[in-house]
Amino acid sequence: MSGINSSTALWYASRATGVVALLLITAVVLLGLLVTRQGRLPGLPRFAVTGLHRNLSLIAVVFVALHVLTAVADGYVDIPLTAAVVPLASPYERLWLGLGAVSLDLTIAVIVTSLLRRHLSRRLWRGVHLLAYLSWPVAWLHSITASKDLQHGWLFLLAVACAAVVVIAVVWRLAAAARDVPRAERVGHLMSVMHSRHRMPERTGRP
Amino acid sequence: MITATAGMPVGDTATGLPRLLPRGGQPEGWHAHTARHGRLPYRGHAGDLIPELSAAGLTGRGGAAFPVGRKLSAVLDAARSRRRAAVVIANGAESEPASDKDATLLWLAPHLVLDGLQLAAEAVGAEAAILYTHANRRRDVGQRLRQAIAERAAAGADRIAVELAEAPPRFLSGQETALVSHLSGGPAIPTFIPPRVTERGLGGDPTLVQNVETLAHLALIARHGPGWFRQVGTEAEPGSMLCTIRRADGTPRITEVPLGMPLRGLIAGPDGQGLLSARAVLIGGYHGSWVPAAEAMGLTLDNHSLAAVGARVGAGILITPPPDRCGLIETAAAVRYLALESAGQCGPCLNGLPRIAAALTEIAVGRQRRQTQGDVERWAGLVTGRGACHHPDGTARFVRSALLTFADEVELHKQGRCSGTSKKPYLPIPRDSARTEEDWI
Amino acid sequence: MSEKLLVNPIECAGHGACAELLPEMITLDEWGFPIVDGRPIPSALERDARAAVSACPTLALRLVRA
Repeated sequence: MSGINSSTALWYASRATGVVALLLITAVVLLGLLVTRQGRLPGLPRFAVTGLHRNLSLIAVVFVALHVLTAVADGYVDIPLTAAVVPLASPYERLWLGLGAVSLDLTIAVIVTSLLRRHLSRRLWRGVHLLAYLSWPVAWLHSITASKDLQHGWLFLLAVACAAVVVIAVVWRLAAAARDVPRAERVGHLMSVMHSRHRMPERTGRP
Repeated sequence: MITATAGMPVGDTATGLPRLLPRGGQPEGWHAHTARHGRLPYRGHAGDLIPELSAAGLTGRGGAAFPVGRKLSAVLDAARSRRRAAVVIANGAESEPASDKDATLLWLAPHLVLDGLQLAAEAVGAEAAILYTHANRRRDVGQRLRQAIAERAAAGADRIAVELAEAPPRFLSGQETALVSHLSGGPAIPTFIPPRVTERGLGGDPTLVQNVETLAHLALIARHGPGWFRQVGTEAEPGSMLCTIRRADGTPRITEVPLGMPLRGLIAGPDGQGLLSARAVLIGGYHGSWVPAAEAMGLTLDNHSLAAVGARVGAGILITPPPDRCGLIETAAAVRYLALESAGQCGPCLNGLPRIAAALTEIAVGRQRRQTQGDVERWAGLVTGRGACHHPDGTARFVRSALLTFADEVELHKQGRCSGTSKKPYLPIPRDSARTEEDWI
Repeated sequence: MSEKLLVNPIECAGHGACAELLPEMITLDEWGFPIVDGRPIPSALERDARAAVSACPTLALRLVRA
């Protein structure tokens, strides 16, 4: 078979939406790391960080859904719908698609618990949300293995760039947290700052 | 039974006291205790004691004066509705440096406190009891308590085993949620309410935290009834309480007095010396209020009277520094301590208290700037009610009362002068501050 | 059902997104921490209040029954 037909179009759509989804989830992870440090995006109001993080994650889910549905609908290879969430259910590229399913499962858990945040304990919500740190690398692995697209050329550079940026951001986040003043030292720290600012003696009334 | 309007002491204040402390001033062992009071009267059912406590009008003697009957009911209700056994904690942390009445009570009459602990445990159906005390005192209270518990075990007096636990020497360690946090293995820092510890406290169980003196009164009400308890005190604030009195020499004297008693008797002292030379009285410790001595003379020891000057009875601490001390210098040193004792968890407290402390130091050493006093007032307002506990509120109250009571002194300091002639520190302030997480555990 | 705002001062890190979204009921003090109006939320502001609660990066802001 040669030329563009509906099957090829679907196949291309699946690959394209896959790339977009990868970019989006990378952005979501970066924004999430920024949220943990109460950071800001320059030029944007403070609420934009959590707002973008939330909105982009929902858009990412849409693209992942498109990515999955087009892959399933395409008749060229046999991918059952269940393979979207059940790892190893697809006869085509069983392992690499399986990674995609794992990542999607984790992502669904993160998103559902976030939507129901009001009704859940803080600890439960947070515990599930940390699975995002697992979901992203699994999704990235799926991206570079499930299709040859990201294994050469610009798309390969793109995949490497995404990984580099996430690794740097995680290292930055951990380093910044390590530099935080521990709770027990906070007030002592502020006291010396306050007293030195006024060039005041540390103690009063002492012989 | 004499009826009286709120504010008037009921009955003859001289008789019937002391109720808690043994008359001889010697520690009371099991036999002396049972000879004086008889054995503790268990009721046989959870809840039975509670209406008597409500009728007696017993309120907490740890400083907050919360109605005891109401607190026990809350714990019992939570235990029943959540189908969990309650925990009772006798709070002897006494983290206020100027107070010594709880340590004295535990030293001289431990059995009254331990009786109260057992009776309170029965009243809420508790299955665990803890006695929480503060180390670093002049006497080895822990040793005395272990002895007392052993005597009771031999006599078969206790229905629940009492666990002894030690509080870290932090100002916040007596705070209810901080106490529970520490007993759970963490630092003695407050947690956010809700939930209240009465609903969900130690190990997730409904927890009753009651000051040790409160439990001692409870143990006596269980024996003699609410009417007896109301024979001293006022109609609205019945009963007696232990007070820590510090006069010119700074030595703490513990005395049991009826609520509603005129302050002048407590401030003056046996020789009346205090009356002549006193300039100001600190009522309620470091979360209390400074009151000019002249005003204090006209007040009585009850919240109804003290409210007129913005003061509260609190844990019954009354301090009258000698006239050669400067109230501003003393306050600045105390506020520095209070700032260092902040848990550092809540933005307003963490930011406000060190700034207030630095500003008070400025004023104390005569280097205040034009905006200093205004800054302190603004910060005091900003920290109040915006923390997880009342540490910032109490500190703000203490600071404001100092600036008000020592207003003349503030003016003197602006001119580089000071009416104090002695630089020797008077208010008891612990030397060591918390530096690391270990200091809170 | 009438609701009011409650901030957990221990979790609050002074990010300030809440004050941007609900300036009618939340202002920031000189250190960046929220001063929250604790009165029941008027129905006109309910949506903004929910947005403010969602925008808090540390989940310190809550809506509770008034």
